[in-house]
Amino acid sequence: MNLFGNAVPWRSIAREALDRTAIVAKFLCLLHVTNTYVCTPTLVYGPSMLPTLNLTGDVLLAERVSHRLGKVGPGDVVLVRSPVDPRKSLTKRVVAMGGDEVTFVVDPRNSERVRTIVVPRGHVWVQGDNIYASSDSRQFGPVPYGLIEGKMLCRVWPLDGFGSLNH
Amino acid sequence: MGTRSLLWDITKKYFTVSLIGLTVSDRYASIVSVRGSSMSPAFNPRSDTNDYVLVEKFCLDKYRFSHGDVVVFSSPSNHKEKHIKRIIGLPGDWIGTPNLDDVLKVPEGHFWVEGDNSVSSLDSRSFGPIPLGLIRGRVTHVVWPPQRMGRVERETNQRPLSSLQDRPEFY
Repeated sequence: MNLFGNAVPWRSIAREALDRTAIVAKFLCLLHVTNTYVCTPTLVYGPSMLPTLNLTGDVLLAERVSHRLGKVGPGDVVLVRSPVDPRKSLTKRVVAMGGDEVTFVVDPRNSERVRTIVVPRGHVWVQGDNIYASSDSRQFGPVPYGLIEGKMLCRVWPLDGFGSLNH
Repeated sequence: MGTRSLLWDITKKYFTVSLIGLTVSDRYASIVSVRGSSMSPAFNPRSDTNDYVLVEKFCLDKYRFSHGDVVVFSSPSNHKEKHIKRIIGLPGDWIGTPNLDDVLKVPEGHFWVEGDNSVSSLDSRSFGPIPLGLIRGRVTHVVWPPQRMGRVERETNQRPLSSLQDRPEFY
């Protein structure tokens, strides 16, 4: 059987394959730009943000515009890259910004001891809502603002919790 | 109208090209200009021209770096600024700071940077070890000016005092 005869239109097959690949590549680029610069869904799980977020996992919509404009402030739930393991991202609440004083209970399970620290310029202090089971700035210190990756907008899944995260 | 559809075509092309360009520069490699003389003589050996360097982003996948890598990172005190310095210490290393008479251990998830030109360099000797998450890419080549084009070598100059990476079971 002559595979390279004139009956099979190799050139147009190749061209169509190239066109389809180009469309997929453009779509992936659009996806990347949207996820990095506009908003992205994130799966969040763990006990450190109870009762705001569920233990077994929520899908939240994180917007990625405010932190570039410097509009992240105390009370916001943010997506922040872990200063302990750069391959992981954490979801915590911003408690204080650079220049503020923050007073916190160091280890609420074992003692009532409180400490007060001034957050250095360009850093933020993050804490989980569930201070009994959260590894946050009380353990790893203030976090540079450059590690913030996004601000949580609303919950998307599970559907019965759909809507904004109340304080 | 003919001109309206032509305009629309051009806009679509620009939009597509900029999307692709943005994705490539975020995920694969980009070119940045080096300002300042803190990395002299590797970059900007004379103050009249700015060097342009190629920054690769593949290293951001696993965050595996070596001593002597030159990296671009966001400044810990001002997230809008970016700096280019050389990695001197990785997590677990002990760094001796001659001007502070102190020995300190680089914490987990952090690294210690210094500029090659220690006289005029704002680096970890002032702001301490910084989280690896601030790294935005690794510098591999100088691409401009043409007479200095070439690979950026890893220079290891005897520091840190002791490194966990000397042991084969690290990572």
